[in-house]
Amino acid sequence: MMEMNYDAAIIGGGVVGCAIARELARYDLSICVIEREEDVCSGTSKANSAIVHAGFDATPGSLKARFNVEGNRMMGELSEELDFSMIQNGSLVLCFSEEDIPALKKLYEKGIKNGVTGLSILSGDEVRAMEPNVTETVVAALYAPTGGIVCPFGLTIGLAENACDNGVEFLFNTEVKVIEKTEKGYDLKTGEGTIHASYVINAAGVYADVFHNMVSEKKIHITVRKGDYCLLDKEAGTHVSHTIFQLPGKMGKGVLVTPTVHGNLLIGPSATDVEDKEGVNTDAKDLSDIMEKAVWGVKNIPFRQTITSFSGLRAHEAGDDFILGEVSDAAGFFNAAGIESPGLTSAPAIGVYIADLVAEKAKASRKENFKTTRKGILDPQKLSFEKRAELIKKDPRYGTIICRCEGVSEGEIVDAITRTLGAVSLDGIKRRVRAGMGRCQAGFCAPRTMEILARETDRTMEDICKNRPGSNIVTGHK
Amino acid sequence: MTEHDIVIIGGGPAGLAAAVAAKKAGITDILILERESCLGGILNQCIHNGFGLHTFKEELTGPEYAARYIEMAESENIPYKLNTMVLDISKDKEVTVINREDGLSTIKAKAIILAMGCRERPRGALNIPGYRPAGIYSAGTAQRLMNIEGFSVGKEVVILGSGDIGLIMARRMTLEGAKVKVVAELMPYSGGLKRNIVQCLDDYGIPLKLSHTVINIEGKDRVTGITLAQVDENRKPIPGTEEYYSCDTLLLSVGLIPENELSRGAGVRMSQVTSGPVVGDQLETSSEGIFACGNVLHVHDLVDYVSEEAALAGTSAAAYVKAACEKKAAHTVELSAENGVRYTVPQMIDLENMEDKVTVRFRVADVYKDRFISVYYDDVRVSHKKKKVLAPGEMEQVVLKKDSFKDYPELKRIVVCTEVE
Repeated sequence: MMEMNYDAAIIGGGVVGCAIARELARYDLSICVIEREEDVCSGTSKANSAIVHAGFDATPGSLKARFNVEGNRMMGELSEELDFSMIQNGSLVLCFSEEDIPALKKLYEKGIKNGVTGLSILSGDEVRAMEPNVTETVVAALYAPTGGIVCPFGLTIGLAENACDNGVEFLFNTEVKVIEKTEKGYDLKTGEGTIHASYVINAAGVYADVFHNMVSEKKIHITVRKGDYCLLDKEAGTHVSHTIFQLPGKMGKGVLVTPTVHGNLLIGPSATDVEDKEGVNTDAKDLSDIMEKAVWGVKNIPFRQTITSFSGLRAHEAGDDFILGEVSDAAGFFNAAGIESPGLTSAPAIGVYIADLVAEKAKASRKENFKTTRKGILDPQKLSFEKRAELIKKDPRYGTIICRCEGVSEGEIVDAITRTLGAVSLDGIKRRVRAGMGRCQAGFCAPRTMEILARETDRTMEDICKNRPGSNIVTGHK
Repeated sequence: MTEHDIVIIGGGPAGLAAAVAAKKAGITDILILERESCLGGILNQCIHNGFGLHTFKEELTGPEYAARYIEMAESENIPYKLNTMVLDISKDKEVTVINREDGLSTIKAKAIILAMGCRERPRGALNIPGYRPAGIYSAGTAQRLMNIEGFSVGKEVVILGSGDIGLIMARRMTLEGAKVKVVAELMPYSGGLKRNIVQCLDDYGIPLKLSHTVINIEGKDRVTGITLAQVDENRKPIPGTEEYYSCDTLLLSVGLIPENELSRGAGVRMSQVTSGPVVGDQLETSSEGIFACGNVLHVHDLVDYVSEEAALAGTSAAAYVKAACEKKAAHTVELSAENGVRYTVPQMIDLENMEDKVTVRFRVADVYKDRFISVYYDDVRVSHKKKKVLAPGEMEQVVLKKDSFKDYPELKRIVVCTEVE
């Protein structure tokens, strides 16, 4: 059993944990991220709407409002520093009845109070001029040009890789079971051994209440809120160009319809409270609900082109706001809890905030050699014909296409496996380079991707898993 | 940029048969582009027998059938490139190609034959609810892992969909020692060939549950079980009919989709019904000089028909190249699929320039007993043939002879339909 010492231990390798890790890596501290799965971005961060919210939704003065607007402002620069995809495509909140226009105006005013720039209210016809597939029933919409879409995998993995390049250690397949207060800080007992840390940062998503409640008398409760989504083929990706929300109204709370940064069309989510913190099973009723609701605002959605459906969990805290900062009765224990929507957008800002709090408490000084940038995995499809031809001459692996639907080459897959915090599972590869993410959903490429993964990590095909240990693909060799 | 008379995209049974026919029709400058590491396509993983009964009058396995055509192509010295993926076909027949040796290059073709085959519909297309663990395969993926790579993919199996691949995998997995508990089919009839139901399920005592579907998948790491339910006439699960099956593997054989991404890029007009290009009797698409055949055109049940159809595409492309790509005067008549006939391929016949006869293939929309297949030239019924059973899983055909059109100089439309009497 291992015995390890760190100044700071972050529980959770999701977008929030990785953002904190990356920001904390700016300081002279020894840091680890403890992740129970085999890879970062394996929980809430992997299955969500992938939206950069403008920030008009949250109650003015709330932490959600503050960090959403800050996070939105940071996202553009961050996407350049860490080389992940983000598009500021603007968002629309559709309003379906004259009676609801006051509610739309309220949303506008909330946005102004929260510091969202560029907001305007459009008439139904103006909306339809921008988005020809918006239905005739729409009477008005709130337009937010600062709204955007992001690759949640690219964001999380980019933060993690950069943190790692700056000295943060990542411990995978490591589950924290017990936290004990010690004289110097905390002992985190895991299945793999004990981690001694002076400071603990709780970024455990839907499990954040469990860890908080181990050290504090002031209990919190996270409700697991499940959301089902449908993802449509890239052929449907241009059906709308903005992110289309629906104003909650007579018909209930709507769903969003949005393009993704990769050109698919995403529809969802539903909202069902569940008991199981790993209850990511989709539900027939939830899936049909989101399809029914989606067509309130957007017509002719080609649902026949659905390539996958999935479910994500949101960590809803009873107080309906983020819980950020040092726990009052547990010195040195910091929470980033209750990070539900707009958590993805807020993560970069939360990262800075929590890291600064921890660094201040630790009286840590800033490093001089912090590397601010990280190079993403090269996407040959973004190169010119000539540049791509040159690349293949230099490295012929870029000339072998493994995933035909997404056009992913062997070179990209090898890069995904061999780089900093490389992928160890099929899902890890999928999230990094999209092999298996396309319309055949890995039907053709899975065996070939498995072979490359086995070869590059010196494992057998039987050892290759979809994600965590136990999710082996083949069951034996004949 | 290199140039070739005919570029064939796909080195499976369709591409190979098209190449051999084009060569025999006198075109020597042919190039086959194949994305896999060997010719033969999906046949290479179909190690069961039953191929070639029509073409070779004997029962071959998939690899054996493929080998016959590979030998023909090689003895005709037809060049091919393996591990070569086509990224794009432009409207003016420029093909962008990628591989390790040549890198990225462009090939200009006088004629193109599309022979890219099809892919399986994934779980997501059906929105099957539940968890997303390991152990869910499309039947073809499992087939490849087992038959080419030599792995076992599961011990206790449920199969959804009674398409031919699903049926064949039910037998295959049984022979490999797995327990196939049930095959569930959403429709009230099987999507596969009757002979496969008998030889792959009945012979092994594997139950087939028609009008059933998977309504839940359990297992967070690997599949641990699934729930089946009966469906009503609207294909909605009927409450109270749920049945749980423990299993570690779910195979999906829920439909094949022609792989026409490249065709769309080339601006080829597509059929909503077949998901393949709309073609005339020469198997030419709406883009001049681009021909289509095999499963990329419409999903076939027998490879023998693929070869036959592909040979026509090959000779047509050869004729197009030899005629210096010039357009002939035409009298084009549309084929109309009606009353239980879902579609026809071809969708158009050029009565002026057609061969002596044209084979029109189609599928029906439902299982019909004691029905007639009729052909109308405008309002005149010219053919009326009784069939004991018609089923969507079995492709049907009618042959139209050129001289049968002599008496209809003003013909506007050909109707293929089923009739009760």
